[in-house]
Amino acid sequence: MPYSFHWNVIPKDLPELVRGLHITLEITAVALVAGFLLGMLLALFRLSRSWWLSAFARGYVTAFRAVPLPVVLLVFFLVVPQLLVTFLHLPPGTDIRRVSALIAFSLFEAAYYAEIIRAGVNSVPGGQINAALALGMTPLQSMRLIVLPQALRATVPLLLTQAIILFQDTSLVYVIGLGDFFTIASNVGARDGTTVELILFAGACYFCVCTAMSAVVRRLQVRFGGISGSETI
Amino acid sequence: MGYRWNWAVFLQPVGTGEPSTYLGWIVSGLETTVGIAITGWIIALAVGTAMGVVRTLPGRWLHWCSASYVALFRNIPLIVQFFLWFWAVPELLPGRLGTALKHLPPEEAGVLTSIVCLGLFTSARVCEQVRAGLQALPDGQQAAGLSLGLSRFQTYRYVLLPVAVRNLVPPLTSEFLNIVKNSSVASTIGVLELTAQAQRMIDYTSQAYESFAAIIGGYALLTGLIMIVGRRIEKTVRLAASGR
Repeated sequence: MPYSFHWNVIPKDLPELVRGLHITLEITAVALVAGFLLGMLLALFRLSRSWWLSAFARGYVTAFRAVPLPVVLLVFFLVVPQLLVTFLHLPPGTDIRRVSALIAFSLFEAAYYAEIIRAGVNSVPGGQINAALALGMTPLQSMRLIVLPQALRATVPLLLTQAIILFQDTSLVYVIGLGDFFTIASNVGARDGTTVELILFAGACYFCVCTAMSAVVRRLQVRFGGISGSETI
Repeated sequence: MGYRWNWAVFLQPVGTGEPSTYLGWIVSGLETTVGIAITGWIIALAVGTAMGVVRTLPGRWLHWCSASYVALFRNIPLIVQFFLWFWAVPELLPGRLGTALKHLPPEEAGVLTSIVCLGLFTSARVCEQVRAGLQALPDGQQAAGLSLGLSRFQTYRYVLLPVAVRNLVPPLTSEFLNIVKNSSVASTIGVLELTAQAQRMIDYTSQAYESFAAIIGGYALLTGLIMIVGRRIEKTVRLAASGR
């Protein structure tokens, strides 16, 4: 017997799904900005002459890349509440799931952004640093004024590709029961017996958004040139 | 207030009454993770290589098919794909096949779903790597093969693929690492792999730190092993190439 669809449930469920979409977008935006800034710091640590900083950055990236994201989310959901209560004195009403997901995603993405930015910095010819130093710039100035602007420009397409991956990965907050777009869709489906419709709808939404964003990235890639990164992603 | 560490918890018999210890749960989770990853990898390698080759063939229609295949699997989050395969596909498959799938015991259905889902998801990524590897070869190689009178199949079989494969070992190793990590999403459809076993252990013992330490150790072990094997394969094929 073929499955009979009830697509009319989608409009009814839209308000709830939109609430989930807010969480999805919030995590994506926060992790994008915080992960990028932390990633830049890690990349500079990694490239610095200090053995300790470099080793720390290498260890950080290796550790986060060795553990599956669902496990990272679960660990943070477990660890962060205790840390927050001890250090930040959060008000009791705070949504621990949301805070721990935001922190976990920011720290996790930082490891990936660090590798991308490092590749970008390495793509700038070494002669440019020598030239900057010869002109009397300090190492910090040559990094800030000469190397980073070119490195970041070269990594724009890769950074955006990583952002699309991040947008998709936010759906994994399902494992800690945080109500993002996908989790809400799945829960509403289970509640109303419309799992098939809602999962198909959610899949179609992700597909459309990500396809459109990939097309934009491809455009930018043509414009910016940039390093190719099939092995980084 | 303090956390009560108890590493001996792994040797305790499990709370469900099964004849096993918590360490036994972790080990069986590790086995399931490895089983799913390797079986899925076979699918990924077979389908991905075929699709990657198709992507480099002349002919607009074939090219479009393979590009859409990759876009479909890359633009939907993995967990959504898991749920689609687990909940939607058995309902949508016509006739007896759908009914048979729906009547599988949940654990077996979960494992089967995971293998198919991870296999096809990874095949789209393998496809891109194979395509990149083939396109990185100088154009002259294909032209030389064809002008020697080899058929297109023979050109791929004897000229292009043997060269491309050597450069593909590192990216494919990292895809294999990805399939191992991605298999943790299978815990969301009830497959008792490594991540799910840790969650189950926490439910029964509340020893969260020990459980997570165990599975993180498990994933680190797998990562280390895969990297060693990958490097060894890389070395072997490189020796064969330089020994000509």
